[in-house]
Amino acid sequence: MARVLVGVKRVIDYAVKIRVKPDHSGVVTDGVKHSMNPFCEIAVEEAVRLKEKKVIKEVVAVSCGPQQVQETIRTALAMGADRGIHVEVSGKDYEALGPLQVSKILAALAKKEEAKMVILGKQAIDDDCNQTGQMTAALLDWPQGTFASEVAVEGDTVKVVREIDGGLETIKINLPAVVTADLRLNTPRYATLPNIMKAKKKKIAKVKPADLGVDLTSRVEVLRVDEPPQRQAGGSGTGVESEECTDTQEGLCLGDGPNQGGPVSHGDWDKPEPEPGPEPLCVCDPAPPVSTESEQWDTVL
Amino acid sequence: MTFILLRQTCLRTLNRTGAALQSRIDQRTYAARGGTLERVVSAFRAVTGDDGVSLGATVREQHGKDESAHSCQPPDVVVWPHSVEEVSALAKICHHHRIPIIPFGTGTGLEGGVSAIKGGVCFSLGKMDRVVDLHQDDFDVTVEPGVTRKALNSYLRGTGLWFPVDPGADASLCGMAATSASGTNAVRYGTMRENVLNLEVVLADGTIFHTAGRGRRSRKTSAGYNLTNLFVGSEGTLGILTKATLRLYGIPEAVVSAVCSFPSVQAAVDSTVQILQAGIPIARIEFLDDVMIDACNRYSALSYSVAPTLFLEFHGSERSLEEQVTITEEITRGNGGSDFSWARDAETRGRLWKARHDVWYAALALRPGCKGYSTDVCVPISRLPQIIVETKEDLTKNRLTGPIAGHVGDGNFHCLMVMDPSDPDEVQRVHHFTERLARRALALDGTCTGEHGVGLGKRALLREEVGPLTMEVMQGLKATLDPKNLMNPGKVL
Repeated sequence: MARVLVGVKRVIDYAVKIRVKPDHSGVVTDGVKHSMNPFCEIAVEEAVRLKEKKVIKEVVAVSCGPQQVQETIRTALAMGADRGIHVEVSGKDYEALGPLQVSKILAALAKKEEAKMVILGKQAIDDDCNQTGQMTAALLDWPQGTFASEVAVEGDTVKVVREIDGGLETIKINLPAVVTADLRLNTPRYATLPNIMKAKKKKIAKVKPADLGVDLTSRVEVLRVDEPPQRQAGGSGTGVESEECTDTQEGLCLGDGPNQGGPVSHGDWDKPEPEPGPEPLCVCDPAPPVSTESEQWDTVL
Repeated sequence: MTFILLRQTCLRTLNRTGAALQSRIDQRTYAARGGTLERVVSAFRAVTGDDGVSLGATVREQHGKDESAHSCQPPDVVVWPHSVEEVSALAKICHHHRIPIIPFGTGTGLEGGVSAIKGGVCFSLGKMDRVVDLHQDDFDVTVEPGVTRKALNSYLRGTGLWFPVDPGADASLCGMAATSASGTNAVRYGTMRENVLNLEVVLADGTIFHTAGRGRRSRKTSAGYNLTNLFVGSEGTLGILTKATLRLYGIPEAVVSAVCSFPSVQAAVDSTVQILQAGIPIARIEFLDDVMIDACNRYSALSYSVAPTLFLEFHGSERSLEEQVTITEEITRGNGGSDFSWARDAETRGRLWKARHDVWYAALALRPGCKGYSTDVCVPISRLPQIIVETKEDLTKNRLTGPIAGHVGDGNFHCLMVMDPSDPDEVQRVHHFTERLARRALALDGTCTGEHGVGLGKRALLREEVGPLTMEVMQGLKATLDPKNLMNPGKVL
């Protein structure tokens, strides 16, 4: 019977507040909580369910990275995977590791392990690339069922219901195939203590990318990482003196009254919408007084 | 290009206007204290930074109410400390100026515990949200007040551990400790009282101490007075809880849910007692009365038989579950139970328990446009049939809508009163009904509040429940720990 390969990625935990490094070379990862990419959890769950339904025989969890990714593989084992493969990548190679390199590794492993299916999360929550599944299928020349919200194996084919912009698309693809898991595919189980104990005894094989004949050279160089621009605070205005309006380029002094000076796009100004009125407010008009005076401050201490 | 210049101009202008407005707010005088609040606010800012203090009306309103029907009583200021040291410094300032302190977690309480009826400063503790110390092998973890129960369980998901106390809302764990909260699986895992090992507390005068000693987390202890359980349930009237060390449990290997209907309330409760007596470590045992089931059928388009119903959940290994379910089915059949159905996988279990999950909304849907209020009495299990039957008679006689849902394994049940807030007669009748219900429970050796707390509305009932001498002891403790009565005044006592 069939064997399924599941890729799992170790990422910064979704609940952590991300901080950019002071040198803007990346985000802070030291001492920060990491866990399995949520879409990879869904992929593992689907693979384990296929095994429980006896559609497939063995689930192999794969992760690429330094020593720490073994924790992620152990979590997959605790969820029900049978054995793990740790592809050792560290240092600069790990920093430059991207979907192209990972898909080459997964393609090589899928051939080596004679897998019938490769199940991956649709994307990782750190890079949001959404490329690895597709590239892996292309390298293997296998069909792909991406954004799967339902997977049903029927003999030598798989029926995949895909989540697309217009709704749901149902396709039938031949095995072997690559499937990527979307959010609604299933609800992953929590690893229980007894299963965590059992997982400690399951095997994790170590492999180097060179052994698989994979070249890790990246064609992408990260130049700089920045936080999104800070949202400016809005303010309540009671009116603007005309001398504040300094812009007279192109004859566009807005002190001339409403609707002069072309369309005013409030969306560009990063401030909350003013009170809705019959026409867009011109800032140089005396705006209606904002009543904050009505608060009751008469508490007795 | 033009618009960029325009935008910069306008932002500068708005900032200046905003600043002018803010300083006008800051200079506002307050009724009794004159410039005190102004001085105090600048002292607060020195501790927390400018963004840690707010006088905004909307912010204060949000911090003056919880999920109860009590009206909003906003505090004068809201502060967001970032650490226990800041909490202590802020408390010292309040203590010096005699300003009330109201701790605030998630505002999901049900008894008006955060209403600032005497004004004061709301300490909104949500920014202190670290999981500080997890000891997987020892099954304990220490959390700050901003950590909610769902956030903690999400944090723990890879470890095989969980914190099982699950009140309806996604509440702050320290808030749950403050109200001695409980959940649907208290029958097996206990309430907050049994699951808090240690607390870090800041008293009204700024003193920081640990109820069991710093860093202590032993499963059991006989060292000194049990201060931990003094503060559990104190509802912010004795001190501010800034860290809680909690006891964790292993995530159950397998879960089975079941549902069974009964011909009478007595039959359902008898089954509950017998299940517990049989030593079955049942995890959840929830009771819905016929009115509630009918409401759920209508709301969720289900087809349960309209009769008193038990919703059961079993945790354990695969083999032990088979045994538990078999014995339980025998017991329920012996009491006239019918339609016993059970499920193993997550999705079917969810569907089976859907009625139980939707009770609040199903009750409200009985009379659209009305508000809901939940009663919360708890009696010894053997008294449950009597109190439920009498309560249902009371509801019918007074033409009140009050479907019943309860944690029958603890003897705790809730009447989900649905009332029209614009009908003063009905509001009166509901009010009197809840008092009668509480007194009925007290007469049966029970308590007026099983899990929601005393808060604002049940202080008179507390006095009736514990009696004048016990009240004196409680008041003595309060006077010792908070002599100026600054900690959440007007609540509990």
